[in-house]
Amino acid sequence: MNEAVISVHELTKRFGDFTAVDRISFEVFRGEIFGFLGANGAGKTTAMRMLCGLSRPTSGCGRVAGCDIVRQSEEIKRHIGYMSQRFSLYDDLTVRENIRLFAGIYGLSRRETGTRSDDLLRRLDFASEGNTLVGALPLGWKQKLAFSIATLHRPEVVFLDEPTGGVDPLTRRQFWEMIYEAAAGGTTLFVTTHYMDEAEYCSRVSIMVDGRIRALDTPAHLKQQYATRSIDELFRLLARGAQRSE
Amino acid sequence: MEAIEVKGLSKRFGAVQALDAVTFSVHPGELFGLIGPDGAGKTTLFRLLATLLSPDSGEARVGGCDIVRDYRAIRSRVGYMPGRFSLYGDLTVEENLRFFAALFGVEVEASYDLIAPVYRQIEPFRRRRAAKLSGGMKQKLALSCALIHRPEILFLDEPTTGVDAVSRSEFWEMLDSLRQHGMTILVSTPYMDEASRCDRIALCNEGRVLGIDTPEALVRRFEGRLYAIRADAMFALLAAARRIEGVEACYPFGETHHLVAGADFDMRRLARELGPMPGLHIEPAEATIEDVFIQWMKR
Repeated sequence: MNEAVISVHELTKRFGDFTAVDRISFEVFRGEIFGFLGANGAGKTTAMRMLCGLSRPTSGCGRVAGCDIVRQSEEIKRHIGYMSQRFSLYDDLTVRENIRLFAGIYGLSRRETGTRSDDLLRRLDFASEGNTLVGALPLGWKQKLAFSIATLHRPEVVFLDEPTGGVDPLTRRQFWEMIYEAAAGGTTLFVTTHYMDEAEYCSRVSIMVDGRIRALDTPAHLKQQYATRSIDELFRLLARGAQRSE
Repeated sequence: MEAIEVKGLSKRFGAVQALDAVTFSVHPGELFGLIGPDGAGKTTLFRLLATLLSPDSGEARVGGCDIVRDYRAIRSRVGYMPGRFSLYGDLTVEENLRFFAALFGVEVEASYDLIAPVYRQIEPFRRRRAAKLSGGMKQKLALSCALIHRPEILFLDEPTTGVDAVSRSEFWEMLDSLRQHGMTILVSTPYMDEASRCDRIALCNEGRVLGIDTPEALVRRFEGRLYAIRADAMFALLAAARRIEGVEACYPFGETHHLVAGADFDMRRLARELGPMPGLHIEPAEATIEDVFIQWMKR
């Protein structure tokens, strides 16, 4: 069970004399929903970019889905999925066109693309919507589709960067049920969010302050340790001490 | 006279009914929140009230002026901070402020007392280009510029979107201090937890207003019994709860699930119907704005 899918050691990124990420070390295990929290400017995005092989660490090392984040930064991309609220699908392409586009990007063969897109449409009950423009879909459907497409190549880890910003409370919850389901199926989810109630849904959460990880544990343990009633309260407690903003 | 009066306001863009016969009013000096997700029509409403769009039907008055006939008079009396950053990136902080002061024919110094609580935080960077500011600082500059002509009424379109929990709560503290000046503030947000900072709120979804009230009164309008339930296997618990006949809804809510049931459900009956489950815990819960929103969305 405790197989590390992400493990980083003393990971650091400096821009000039500014240390965006300062010697962070942690592990994420298979099937975990890992909440990666931090105030704006704490270094979350920089850290996530290194984990996705998009940015080279200044020092330290790490492995994601079996790949070394420095030496195999291209290979990583085949083993991970990525989705954010800001960028997920193309509104002016149809459902099927979006699937085909991303399948191509992820390097799926034509045959795999065909079977997996049929399977995806059936699972989502989308069969009749294959030729609908994504822009015309209700938000909840769009999100389900975006998540399914981000996992089309069956990645071991999916990075979700604020996946639910601006989404209504019902759709937001339906989305989290998909996350639960994926985790139950053995996929590892790495999630950032500004909704602190969502942090409570995570198996474990980390809170970054000024480039360092200040706290990391299950939500229940963290609340107990800091004697706070919620992760929201804990977040405010730790983030208020921050020296820097964006 | 109401500070803002909206009657049956509608606006359509092609096939999308962005605003569908919306009616509400805001009292002078009130902090009024439009709470709703993307696509609720919040931005369209602001653009109509700020006289940047004309309605298809319905009418509205801002500070007693009609939004179509008296649009010029409205523009000098309201401050508008759009959701998207719309200052000049290649002007410095100070130049932006002076530019907006000049547009309204006022002096920065004359309004300094009003903007000071916000502007002081970015004043050390007054020679920096606006494009080089962080998100939080851009937002403070935009608010300073929206306040420069001492408007009676302030429109803030999602000022806290994409902002972290700490900065969000600081922003609301600033709004509290503006309210001390007697300003009427209409503010929108997709974050339900910010509703309690408003005097009154309108819950909006897909171009319609679902309901208007004070935050306290609104949660009392929740129908049915609400329980917070948890167990070791949360996902399995969700499925089990939904299979019980008579359970109206069950959805994740922070570290628990919220379960809505009729009056004939007490805790003992719930425990019995859920059956033995490791770590099962049931307790009555108080409804929040989010519970009310979910209930009303389903109608």
